[in-house]
Amino acid sequence: MFYIIGGVAVLSALIMVTNKKPVSAAMSLIVTMLCLSGMYVILDAHLIAALQIIVYAGAIMVLFLFVIMLLNIQEKEGRLSGHKIFLQFAWIMLVGYVFISMVKLIGGDSLPARVEGSINGFGTTKAVGEILFTDFLLPFEIASILLLAAIVGAVILAKAKVD
Amino acid sequence: MEIIIPTINLASIYPEIVVTIFAVIVLLLHAFTPHHSPGGAGKGGDHLGYISFIGIAYATFLVFTQEGGTEYSFNGLWILDNYSRFFRLIFLLGTGLTILISVKYVKDEGINHGEYYSLILFATVGMMIMGGGADLITIFLGLELMSISLYVLAGYTRNRLTSNESSLKYFLLGSFATGFLLYGIALLYGATGTTNLKGISGFISESNFGNPILIMGMVLLVVGFGFKIASVPFHMWTPDVYEGAPSPITAFMSAGPKAAAFAAFARVFFEGLPSLQGVWVDLIWILAVLTMTVGNVIALVQNNIKRMLAYSSIAHAGYVLVAFVSANELGIGGILYYMLAYTFMNIGAFGIIIVVGGKGEKRVNVDDYTGLAYRHPVAAATMSLFLFSLAGIPPTAGFMGKFYIFSAAIKSGYIGLAIIGVINSVVSVYYYLRITVAMYMKEPESAVSGAESMPSLVFSTAMIIAMVIAAYGVLRMGIFPSAYIALAQQSHLSF
Repeated sequence: MFYIIGGVAVLSALIMVTNKKPVSAAMSLIVTMLCLSGMYVILDAHLIAALQIIVYAGAIMVLFLFVIMLLNIQEKEGRLSGHKIFLQFAWIMLVGYVFISMVKLIGGDSLPARVEGSINGFGTTKAVGEILFTDFLLPFEIASILLLAAIVGAVILAKAKVD
Repeated sequence: MEIIIPTINLASIYPEIVVTIFAVIVLLLHAFTPHHSPGGAGKGGDHLGYISFIGIAYATFLVFTQEGGTEYSFNGLWILDNYSRFFRLIFLLGTGLTILISVKYVKDEGINHGEYYSLILFATVGMMIMGGGADLITIFLGLELMSISLYVLAGYTRNRLTSNESSLKYFLLGSFATGFLLYGIALLYGATGTTNLKGISGFISESNFGNPILIMGMVLLVVGFGFKIASVPFHMWTPDVYEGAPSPITAFMSAGPKAAAFAAFARVFFEGLPSLQGVWVDLIWILAVLTMTVGNVIALVQNNIKRMLAYSSIAHAGYVLVAFVSANELGIGGILYYMLAYTFMNIGAFGIIIVVGGKGEKRVNVDDYTGLAYRHPVAAATMSLFLFSLAGIPPTAGFMGKFYIFSAAIKSGYIGLAIIGVINSVVSVYYYLRITVAMYMKEPESAVSGAESMPSLVFSTAMIIAMVIAAYGVLRMGIFPSAYIALAQQSHLSF
C-alpha cells in the first residue's frame, strides 16, 4: 500500500514540475496532496489526513487555481535545452544518492520502536485535541499569536493604498 | 473522560503576555483613532510609539521582579532561568532602543504607525519565546513569530524598491532556512522520540549517540540557526536585506533577532545535544573562522554604510561563535555579554545613520560622512564612540566583549581560533576607522556644494534619549564591566 501511494505521489510531483500548463500542474499537485493524506492514514494519523485534504487539497489549491486563472498565465514558449535537463537530472541523481546512502547508513535497527502514545486513540480528533489543550497549551497559544502577526503583515503588504 | 491539566504557571510568562497585550493595544488604537487627514498618515502617531515603549518598559520591570532560580512550566515546554531572563533583557533593551530611534523616522517616511510598532512588539514576543523555550516546538514557534514579523517589517517602506527586494529575499531564503530547521527537528524527534531538550539529552546520553539520524538532524539545525545568525556560508541574504530594510529595522534585526537566534542555538546545543559536542564543535569552529574572515574582508570594500555594517554584523556573529566553540561557562557568559554590548553599540551606530541619512535615506555612503565632525561635532563623536566599540578599542564595551570571548577560547584550548579572531579584529579596525577618518580628517566639501550635501541634522528627543542610553551603555560596560560580567556569568546555562 505504501509503495502504491508513494509511487503515485512521486509521479504526480514529477508531472507537476515538468508540466508546462499551470492548471494541469496544479491538478497534479492536488494528486500529490491526496497521496500524502493517504500516507497519514497509513500512519494512523486520521485527523492530519482529513486536515490535509480539507486545507491543502481543498482550500489552498482552490486559491492556487483562482490565482492562476485570474492572472491568465500564458504557456511559456521554448523548451529547456538538453544540456540543462541533463544538469538537473544529474543534480536529482546526486541528491537521491545522498539520501539512499543515508538510509543505508541508518539501517533499520537504529530507528526507535513505535512511540508509546500510538496505542490508544492516537491520531483521532479527541486525542489530538486533548494533547493540544493540555500538554501543548503554550505552543498552541503561541501559534495563535503567530497567525495574528501573519495576518497583520499580510494586510500591510497587500494593502492597495501606499501611504 | 479525565483530562489532566499540566501546571500552568502564568507568572513565568508575564513579560511575554504584557508585550503581546501592548502589541494588540497599539494595533487597536491605530485602527480606532481618526488619522485620515489628507496626506497626513504619518502625522500624530507618536503616541503609539510611546505606548509601545511603555509596554517594553513595563515588561522589563516584570522581568526584574521574576524571582531567580530555574523553573520549568507548561509541561516542560517553558523554562525560566537566569539565562532566559538575561536574554529577555537584551531583547527588551534592543526593542526599546529601536522604538526610540524609530519615532522620527516613521514620521518622516510617512509610513503607517500602528502596525509598525505592533509588529516590532510581536517580533519581540517571538524572540522572548525563543529565549525561554525548553522544547524544540516552542523554540520553533517563537522563531517563526519573530521571522514573519521581520519579513513584513523589512518591506515596510513599500514605495522603495530596495525595501521590497529586501523583504522578498528575506522571506524566500528565510522560509528555506526554516525548512532546514524543521527537518532537523523532525529528524531529532525521529531519533529520540521527543522534542523536549531535556528528554533529548537524556535519551542520547543513555543510548546510541552515534545514530546517523541524530547527526543529520544536528547538522540541519546548524544550517537553520546558521542562517538566522547570518554566519558564512549562510549569510547571502544579510547584505541585501540590511541595505534595503528601513534603517531602524536594520538596527533591530542586527541586535534582537540575532541575539534570539544565538539564545536558541546555544540552548538547543548545550542543553539538548551536549553529548554530541565532539561532533558539533568542529563544525562550528569552521563556521566561526569562515564567518569572521569573510565578513571582515568583504566589509573592507563596502561604500554603503548600511551594507558595511551588515558585513560587520556577520563578522560579529563569527566572534560570538568563537565563544560558542569554547563551550565553557566563560564562553556562555561571553555570548551573553557580547550580545548585550552589541545591542548597545550597533543600535547606537544605526541611530546616527538614521539621523545622517535624513528623509528617504539619501545619505548612506561613507562619502556622505566627510567632514561631519566640522558641522556636527556631537554626532561625529557619538558615531566614533560606537565605531570604536564595534572595532573593539578600549575603553568600550566592544573591547571587553572581545577580550572576554577570546580569553574563553584560550582557556578551553582553542588558541588558534583566538589568534584568527584577533587578526580579524585588527582587520575590522580599518573599515570602522575609515568612517571616523572621513568624519574628522577630511575637509567638508566646498561651501558651494557643501550646503546642499550636508543640511543640518535633526535629532528628535526620542533619538537623543536612545543615543544617550546607548552611549552610556557602551561606556559603562567598557569601563566598569565587572558587574555585567558577573551578571552574564551567573546566567550561564546549567548544563
